[in-house]
Amino acid sequence: MEPIETKKDYQNYVDKKSPNSPIIKNCFNAFWVGGLICSIGQIIFNYCRFRGIDLQTSNTIVSIILIGISAFLTGLNLFNRIGKFAGAGSLVPITGFANSIVSPAMEYKSEGYVMGVGGKMFTVAGPVLVFGISASIVVGILYLIFNTQSITLV
Amino acid sequence: MQKIGNQTIKFDTPPTILQTASIVGPKEADGPLAKYFDNCLEDEFWGENSWEKAESKIIKETVNTLISKSGLSSENIDYCFAGDLLNQCISSSFGLRELNIPFFGIFGACSTFVEALMLGAIFIEGGAGQNAICAASSHFCSAEKQFRFPLELGNQRPQSSQWTVTGSGAAIVSKDGAGPYITNITPGKIVDMGIKDANNMGAAMAPAALDTLLTHFKDTRTLSKLL
Repeated sequence: MEPIETKKDYQNYVDKKSPNSPIIKNCFNAFWVGGLICSIGQIIFNYCRFRGIDLQTSNTIVSIILIGISAFLTGLNLFNRIGKFAGAGSLVPITGFANSIVSPAMEYKSEGYVMGVGGKMFTVAGPVLVFGISASIVVGILYLIFNTQSITLV
Repeated sequence: MQKIGNQTIKFDTPPTILQTASIVGPKEADGPLAKYFDNCLEDEFWGENSWEKAESKIIKETVNTLISKSGLSSENIDYCFAGDLLNQCISSSFGLRELNIPFFGIFGACSTFVEALMLGAIFIEGGAGQNAICAASSHFCSAEKQFRFPLELGNQRPQSSQWTVTGSGAAIVSKDGAGPYITNITPGKIVDMGIKDANNMGAAMAPAALDTLLTHFKDTRTLSKLL
């Protein structure tokens, strides 16, 4: 074997030797679990519409129910098992967002309710909120500038 | 003691490891080494209400087990070298505060225990005392909380990710005894080959481990004796 001299050589060697994640299995599990979660959401939505609830309220009801279930499963120490199995399938839908807020809240409860739960609750979801909200503000400003019709409407 | 080669210290009257003790968590108890541990815990909390407190209790009880196994009284122990992975080494400092033995808090991550043994051996061989306790602890849950993600977060661990031990090990390094002896020590250098993946600690540490081993064999001329 060639002696490893540079950092780049070593990185290449590590990449070659490190075991890869089982991508096909992960993708398959992510696909069907993610699909199942979205189907459950759609079933709730359709039921709401069937009962004559308007579109916007139905959307909100779906989010609330899925977030509630996800937070509850996180508390029962079950969601991390689902996540380990399904990966992006359970993390990408709104269930993953709920889990990313509930799990630090549980983890840091031992440090107290104010500095622990309150202070550390958004350690995982924080970046998503900061950049998500910032992006929406930027897009809103651009919309206001380039869509002159909206200004006349305002 | 004297320095030999580039990095190695050779002891003239090698200190001995008088007694050892260890307490581990449930995952370690499942492994093939279970019968060698003094105590295997059934859960990660051990009756405490946080993982940090549990880790403190683990190192405290390990050191207590060690002292009672050795038959020494704690007045006969001159120093304690101990460390862990948490901020300010809270597990060792809170765990060992009732010990009433002069305390050196050390941090060397995975090398903490060997670092403790080295410092203890130098102190004892140097004549600064008769017995020194060398200990280290870690806890999977408190380490994940401090360095990575909450345990309940539903993420996937890569194949190369490591699992921090839940447990503590301790040894008494003593001036007199029947062995095993600490004859030479080789403190390692920091060798950074630029691995940035926090989930591949093995690759990050391997170059330093190899460098230390090769230096040790070269300094003590062990390799030329073997070949």
